[in-house]
Amino acid sequence: MSVLHPGAFSADNVGDGSTAAHNRMEPTHFAFDAESEAEIGRIIARYPQGKQASAVLPLLYLVQDQMRRHTASGWVPRVAMDAVAARLRMPPIRVYEVATFYLMFNTTPVGKYHLQLCTTTPCWLRGSDDVVAACRKVTGIKGWHETSEDGLFTMSEVECLGGCVNAPILQIDNDFYEDMDGPLTERLLESLKRGEAPPQPGSMIGRMTSAPEGGPNTLLTVTE
Amino acid sequence: MVKLIVDGSEVEVAAGSSVLQACEQAGREIPHFCYHERLSVAGNCRMCLVEIEKAPKPIASCAYPVAEGMVVRTDTPMVRQARRGVMEFLLINHPLDCPICDQGGECDLQDQAYAYGGDHSRYAENKRAVKDKELGPIVKTVMTRCIQCTRCIRFATEIAGVPELGATARGENMEVGTYVEHALTSELSGNLIDICPVGALTSKPYAFVARPWELTKTDSVDVLDAVGTPIRVDTKGPEVLRFLPRVNDEINDEWMADKSRFSFDGLKRRRLDRPWIRQNGRLVQATWPDAFAAIAARLRGVDPKRIGAVAGDLCDAESMMALKDLMGALGSQNLDCRQDGAQIDASRREFYLFNSTIAGIEAADAILIVGSNPRREAPILNARIRKRWLATGGHMPVGLIGPQAELTYGVTHLGDGPGLLASLQDGSHDFAQMLRGADRPLVIVGQGALRRPDGAAVLAQTWRVAASVGALSADWHGFNMLHSAAARVGALDLGFLPGASGLDFAGMVGGGVDVLWNLGADEFDGARIGAGTFVIYQGHHGDRGAARADVILPGSAYTEKDGTYVNTEGRVQRGYRALFAPGDAREDWRILRAFSAVIGHALPYDDIDALRGRMEQVNPVFARVGLARFGASDQSGPGGANPPPLPEAAPFVEAVTDYYQTNPISRASLTMAECSRIAPAALAAAPLAVAAE
Repeated sequence: MSVLHPGAFSADNVGDGSTAAHNRMEPTHFAFDAESEAEIGRIIARYPQGKQASAVLPLLYLVQDQMRRHTASGWVPRVAMDAVAARLRMPPIRVYEVATFYLMFNTTPVGKYHLQLCTTTPCWLRGSDDVVAACRKVTGIKGWHETSEDGLFTMSEVECLGGCVNAPILQIDNDFYEDMDGPLTERLLESLKRGEAPPQPGSMIGRMTSAPEGGPNTLLTVTE
Repeated sequence: MVKLIVDGSEVEVAAGSSVLQACEQAGREIPHFCYHERLSVAGNCRMCLVEIEKAPKPIASCAYPVAEGMVVRTDTPMVRQARRGVMEFLLINHPLDCPICDQGGECDLQDQAYAYGGDHSRYAENKRAVKDKELGPIVKTVMTRCIQCTRCIRFATEIAGVPELGATARGENMEVGTYVEHALTSELSGNLIDICPVGALTSKPYAFVARPWELTKTDSVDVLDAVGTPIRVDTKGPEVLRFLPRVNDEINDEWMADKSRFSFDGLKRRRLDRPWIRQNGRLVQATWPDAFAAIAARLRGVDPKRIGAVAGDLCDAESMMALKDLMGALGSQNLDCRQDGAQIDASRREFYLFNSTIAGIEAADAILIVGSNPRREAPILNARIRKRWLATGGHMPVGLIGPQAELTYGVTHLGDGPGLLASLQDGSHDFAQMLRGADRPLVIVGQGALRRPDGAAVLAQTWRVAASVGALSADWHGFNMLHSAAARVGALDLGFLPGASGLDFAGMVGGGVDVLWNLGADEFDGARIGAGTFVIYQGHHGDRGAARADVILPGSAYTEKDGTYVNTEGRVQRGYRALFAPGDAREDWRILRAFSAVIGHALPYDDIDALRGRMEQVNPVFARVGLARFGASDQSGPGGANPPPLPEAAPFVEAVTDYYQTNPISRASLTMAECSRIAPAALAAAPLAVAAE
């Protein structure tokens, strides 16, 4: 993994969990809290008897959310992967494979807010470069998958988030903030920096779902 | 059966076969990396592309089922082009380090690149590099060479039953490894080296030692457990450089256990290479005539009843035959091959064989294991049980009486001691019902159940369990003894046991004899031998046996002599001499033959063929190499009609506590010492494996 092209995840993000740096961050213990436990029951019940391993993805999301609640960093430590494996009665390596395959799971700690910036063609055409620049300006982060000095933000470049119609998209943790531009991004991040709660996700310019900007321009009168 | 046409010729293959299998049956070679006939199909290397009529694109033949009337072409411009393309992609990230790669000369990628690749590289960009993984003292990794065929992952998961290897991350960043670094906890990990089609997983002890074309290859039989794995001994000059398994579907498929594969450095260390005689309490070097003279002098005037012989675990049948005949010539009936004190009834051959045969395990549908840990005592046989267990979808009931153990398949732990055998016989135990409900129940009794004072009773009662659940029928013999010593069955076949008035092993070492001929028995404490007993140790390693010897006669290890071995199934196999024993050491039967002449009782054979004729005379099973399967014709069990009742309910103990250190050769091996040292830590570091997968 020594050869990395720009945009690839850093070597620390994948593979060998035994590096000294990783051990420093790795908690020694993980247990699902009551909120997660309630959810686990519902999730596992979705799958047929004997196919519990299918629940590995939702459970990893659950881990990431619980870590965010408890440590202000939404990531999946190795001990938590082991806990998922034990719960689903599958070999731990099968969970490691899944957790490292999907880039949605952070296998190293991230900032309190994980900024996931889409720079794929539609977002880029609609000005994702400005959103990236605004993020860099407010957070002081230089490269991808780095965390700001105050520990609040981590910036990741992601591929298409499937929200092209409201491009550009900034995903913060699990929520989409749509129709972003430079100033909107700056204002949003500044408010988070001040400790305010994140605003309601969705379009930042008042667009209704994926309707045209400024309101509908066809089917203006709908007959019952 | 399905008929299809491969390159213009019609072939008929079993329904459900893959196109690749059909092509191979038609005699066409299909290049491949990820496909392996004993593993599940992954279909990810794309090297096996062929053209199928009416299909718009090349098809990965390993993962494509045959259909009636299919027309397959394996040598069209499209196929050649596709293979060249796939090979070019595979080589993008594969280093050009063949000159320093241990796989060189026996590398699938090298061979196939030569045969099917392009003639030049168009790739000028940087290649990726991958950090090497530490997998323990056996498997060396150079992960940059990995082409991600996932054979190793599938082997560990499916065959070895230790799901510890996986592919983490994705795309260009994908890496094969354990993620959390730890040594592999399998006794079969050496097979990863064979199975890796490139030089990513190679042998650590063999690293940078030799090229395959420099080696002399000799067929032999492994003696470090009782499975009798057929092996190939690769030697160069006076050294064994490695052991490789030979393919035998009836014994080992194509696998080999780690102890058998990696004890070879033990053949070069602690060797006895000259005779020694104890004088004034110290062993001093001697010549053969002096050593023989010393023994002859001590034997003079000794009552034949006060002479005895014990045979060890690694002996070839020839040397035991010669020793038995020598004792017979001296008039002694004190013979024993059971240095571990196992209570074995040798009155009928089926009482001490693995009668179902190893391949027969694949017909079993319920297994009871009594006092054995097959994973440690016979990893290859254990892999066969796992294979059967997987084939039944993990539903085959396996019951274990003895110490709890992780055997790589689902096991119901029934209890610790022989107390249960009664309830299994009368059917009151739940598991007895499972055995009775099975068509082919299989009962395995291990040495851990027999090496105890009430071992004979345990054996008799276990036979009765087998009889009571219908395991003994005309077409199925479900009573099996699992041995842990390679020489044991051969010795029992030759009757290397106390004669009518003879002493057994305990009687001999307990002061019953004045002269004890120890043929390679090292698995007991020499201090047990009475102080006044004169011990002749004949063997190849300076181990426990040699330490308590008055005369040491240097013999040959199994790679250094032609020998006959009978495995736990009763399969007669021959190994051939791959190299000469060091120094003055000689083939064991020749030593005994030479000594017999010194004392005027010359044994009646001058060459190995005559000796084998004598073995055949003693027991006709030695007449031919191989094995005939048989059913049970006689239900009466060992110990006669009224076997001794089960006395104590003392728990069984493991026959093999440290898998890597069970004989003088493995104890002399640095690799095995390292494996043994790290095994507990590796087991602790390995995430708890779940057998079911």
